Amino acid sequence: MTLLISTLGVFTKYWPVFLQGLLATLLTSFVVVLFGTLLGILLSTIRLSKYKLFAGLVETLVSFLRGTPLLLQLYFFYFALPQIVGMDIPKEVSIIMALILNSSAYVCEIFRAGIQAVDPGQREAAESLGMREKYIMLRIIIPQAIKNILPALGNEFVTMIKETSLASTFYVADLMTSYRIVMNASYKAVESLIILALVYFALTYTSSRLVGVLERKLMASV
Amino acid sequence: MSNIIEIKNLRKGFGDLKVLKGVSETIKEGEVVSIIGPSGSGKSTFLRCLNLLEKPDSGDIIFDGKSLIEDKVNLSLHRQKIGMVFQHFNVFPHLSVLDNIILTPMLEKKLSKEEAVNQAKELLEQVGLLDKIDVFPRKLSGGQKQRLAIVRALAMDPMVMLFDEPTSALDPEMVKEVLEVIVGLAKKGMTIVIVTHEMGFAKEISNRVLFMDDGQIVEQGSPQDIFDNPQNPRTKEFLEKVL
Repeated sequence: MTLLISTLGVFTKYWPVFLQGLLATLLTSFVVVLFGTLLGILLSTIRLSKYKLFAGLVETLVSFLRGTPLLLQLYFFYFALPQIVGMDIPKEVSIIMALILNSSAYVCEIFRAGIQAVDPGQREAAESLGMREKYIMLRIIIPQAIKNILPALGNEFVTMIKETSLASTFYVADLMTSYRIVMNASYKAVESLIILALVYFALTYTSSRLVGVLERKLMASV
Repeated sequence: MSNIIEIKNLRKGFGDLKVLKGVSETIKEGEVVSIIGPSGSGKSTFLRCLNLLEKPDSGDIIFDGKSLIEDKVNLSLHRQKIGMVFQHFNVFPHLSVLDNIILTPMLEKKLSKEEAVNQAKELLEQVGLLDKIDVFPRKLSGGQKQRLAIVRALAMDPMVMLFDEPTSALDPEMVKEVLEVIVGLAKKGMTIVIVTHEMGFAKEISNRVLFMDDGQIVEQGSPQDIFDNPQNPRTKEFLEKVL
C-alpha cells in the first residue's frame, strides 16, 4: 500500500520526465524501424540476387549482427565510429546507427523468408508467361510475400521499442534513461521501475494489438 | 509443316541422378504429341526443359528457328510464345480471374486494357468461365482453376502449348471439363505437347505418342502403334500395368 502511494507520488512529480522518455523511445523506434526496413530491403535484395559474392557477404554480415549481443554492437559503434571517421560524432548518432544496422539484419531475414515462402510455382507460372524479372518480383512475388512480411515487421517494431532501452546505457534520451534521471533525483528506484514497466507494457501491448488488427485485415484481403 | 521445336540431345541431371540421357525430338506445327511413361522417367523434366524452366546440362532447344540456350537475352520473348499449364494450376491467388489473364499481355505485349479485357472475355466465354470474371481464384474449383490457367496462357497468343499433367491434381469429376478444353484447342489446330496419365485421352487426341522410360524416348509412333501394337518390351510392360 505504501509502495502504491509512493509510486503515485513519484509519477505525479516526475511524469514530464517519463513523458519525454516515452516520446524519445517512440521516435527512436520509429526512425530505427523505418531506416532499418529500408536498409533491410536493400540487404535482402542483395542476399537474394545472383551476385553470389555480395550475397555471401550480406549473409555473413546478417549472421554476425544477429549472432552478437546488441549491447556489444552499441558499445562498438559508440567507441569505433568516431575513431573510424576521425572526428567527434554525437553519441545519439552512433547509437541510432547501431540500432538501425542491427534492425536491418532482422528485417533482411524477414524479407528473405517472406519472399522464399511464396510457392515456387508462382515464379514458374510468371516465367512461363514470359514476364520479365522486374515484373515477376513487383507484380507476382512481392504482393504475395507482403502478407508474410508485414506481421513480422510489426513484431520487429514492438521488439525495437524494448531494445532501445539499451540506449540508456549511454544516457541517450529514451524511456529507460528517464528511470535513471528520476532515480538520481528521488532515490526511488522501485517506484520508477514500476511506472516504467507499466508504460513499456502499455506501449508494446497496444502496438502488438495494432499489428494483430493489421494482420487480420491483410489476411482477409488476400 | 514447319518445325516449331527441335530438341537436340538433351541431357539433364540433378546431382548424381541423370534424369534425361540424351533426348532428341522434333515437334511440328499443328501436332498434338502426348508423352507417357512411368513416374520418374523424365517426362516432366523433358517438358520443363522446352521453355527452360529447367536448364539442360547439355544439348539444345531450337524454338521457331532460334536456340533458346544461346539467345538467353530474349528468353522471356520466346517464352511468351510457349504457353504452359501446370499440374498444380499456379494461378495467381492475389489477382482476380480477369487480372490473372490480362496482367502479362498488358505488361509484356503492351496491349491496351480494353483490348486485353475483350480478349480475356472471349477466351473465358469459350471455356465457360465468363461468369467468374471478377472472382478470386480461392473461390474456384480445381477444374475452374485449371481452365483459368489455360486461358491465362492462351491470352499470350502462343505458338505451342505445353501441358504438364494438367489433370493429375484434379478430383475425378473435374477431369473431363479440363480435357474438353484441351480437345477444343487441338481441334483448332494448336500445337500441343502434353505429359499425361490419361491414356484414353492421349489415344484420342494425339497425332503422335512418345513413350519415355529411364530418361530416354524408348518408343514413339501413332496412338494406334503405341497402344495397340507396342514393339518395345518396356512399353508393353508399362501399358499392361496402366490399361
